[in-house]
Amino acid sequence: MSKLVPVPSGSMVPDRDLNKKPVLECVDLGISFGGLHAVRDFNIIIGPTEISGLIGPNGAGKTTVFNLLTKVYQPTQGTILLNGKDTHGMNTMQVNRAGIARTFQNIRLFDNLSVEDNVKVAMDAHMKYSMWSGIFRLPGYWREERAAHEKALELLSLFSMEKLANIQAGALPYGAQRRLEIVRALATNPSLLLLDEPAAGMNPSETAELMENIRKVRDALQIAVLLIEHDMNLVMNICEGICVLNFGRIIAKGTPADIQSNPAVIEAYLGKK
Amino acid sequence: MNFIIQFVNSLTSGGGAYQFLNHILNGISLGSVYAIIALGYTMVYGIAKMLNFAHGDVIMVGAYVCFYTFGALRLPGPLAPLLAVCAAAAVCTLLGVTIEKLAYKPLRSAPSLAVLITAIGVSYFLQNAALLLWSSSPKVFPNFFVLRTVDASGETAVLRSIQFGSLSISFVTIVTIVSCIVIMLALTWFTGRTKMGKAMRACSEDKAAAQLMGIDVNATISLTFAIGSGLAAIAGALLCSAYPNLVPTTGSMPGIKAFTAAVFGGIGSIPGAFLGGLLLGVLEIFAKAYISVQLSDAVVFAVLIIVLLVKPTGLLGRTIREKV
Repeated sequence: MSKLVPVPSGSMVPDRDLNKKPVLECVDLGISFGGLHAVRDFNIIIGPTEISGLIGPNGAGKTTVFNLLTKVYQPTQGTILLNGKDTHGMNTMQVNRAGIARTFQNIRLFDNLSVEDNVKVAMDAHMKYSMWSGIFRLPGYWREERAAHEKALELLSLFSMEKLANIQAGALPYGAQRRLEIVRALATNPSLLLLDEPAAGMNPSETAELMENIRKVRDALQIAVLLIEHDMNLVMNICEGICVLNFGRIIAKGTPADIQSNPAVIEAYLGKK
Repeated sequence: MNFIIQFVNSLTSGGGAYQFLNHILNGISLGSVYAIIALGYTMVYGIAKMLNFAHGDVIMVGAYVCFYTFGALRLPGPLAPLLAVCAAAAVCTLLGVTIEKLAYKPLRSAPSLAVLITAIGVSYFLQNAALLLWSSSPKVFPNFFVLRTVDASGETAVLRSIQFGSLSISFVTIVTIVSCIVIMLALTWFTGRTKMGKAMRACSEDKAAAQLMGIDVNATISLTFAIGSGLAAIAGALLCSAYPNLVPTTGSMPGIKAFTAAVFGGIGSIPGAFLGGLLLGVLEIFAKAYISVQLSDAVVFAVLIIVLLVKPTGLLGRTIREKV
């Protein structure tokens, strides 16, 4: 694992990503609902191959940050730079096409579609054949559908799910559904993958396998991962940088070791001594 | 009990069996039209989660466009009706997409009641626009499906049906049933095998998640309206070929019946619309033939109520899980 080095604005990235353009840079990002600041002054920089974690007590605003990044909510303050490009004015679909993909805290697969179709439907933006070549099965249709089929199987094989391709997504066991959500997100060809509690409801051996898989995905696809997780074992093991949120504000940033010994973090989780 | 006796009598007497077959065919034919219309309702409901009550009036517009294009084209053979139906489908597709863009899209996040009222408004708008454009006097829709034959003496005969013994099947019936089957197969293939179809299914399950996976939800909704309205035009031409009285309110009753068929089969389900349409058509014709012409609609709706009491999601409808 490479070392974390500080970059301007008080963030850190792994040293291998130091001279590369960050995949994500949030400057003073925030949103208020009425008068309530759900998230405020959120500053973070994520390197292009970094695995980082977003942790904090319940209700700290972690999922809200994901919703801001994916434009489910429009930020009321600050900017989000994705690969150096301001995402201001983009909608959810455009942000996805610009490179952010996510999974959900409560699984939201397309239950009635097959496993393979769940993956292929996420490639929609990258498939260019027209409606007419779809209806009349012109060569363009066959070429692209075949390419999509191969890509889908390749992505599924990252999680050893290629044998499940024809099963209805809704019929998969829980752990496999969680994995399929990650595969589906990867199919949109992101540069930043957001995982919202990927290990929720998993047993320790499944969690260990998931950690391995997240690393494998990062290495194979050279993408950045930002994850929300309550399983501290997972967070401390695979995250290079961690950002702690409490009451919508960042209270600490740093390496897993820094975070574990940070008094403000300990206080947020366990209360004052 | 009277009608049961009448029914049994008609089956056992000489021509009864033929009559019975004839009713079934007519029922399937009418049901096919309902099914094609119901597809528009069910697809739009499945994806946009709204009841497009203007759908019936798109049928009427399609029939008028078909009527006038056919009148203007002086072409021999099957070319004129074919072109007329294509023109109607093109106009209706455009109309459907325009209605969606202007009337429904601004209400995407509005309460469903607002969208429903808007749809009723669009329905009245179309009816009154048709009244203004084409007047209230009924047009006699031409029967497209005739076969002209010249016999040995040089006399031309116009054939409207094929005769099998004492069973006569009109060409309209055959074309309608075949069209419905072709449309059904094509749609099943489209939604199952193409990226647009899969995007539609994904949107119908979870629009927000689909958007987060890079699917263009607005384009998908437009496509749904385009397909539904194009099909409505075809249904309009078929309906008016069988029942040739064309007025600005022609679409409303078949529209409501087809909506009923969609609910009957399970709204949101494409095979459900097909099944619901066919059953409704057969039921209606049987009720007309064996019970009472006046009471036929009442019988049809009574059956609908009973089915919904037993299975509230319709015949093929899935139970919707509410996300909490």
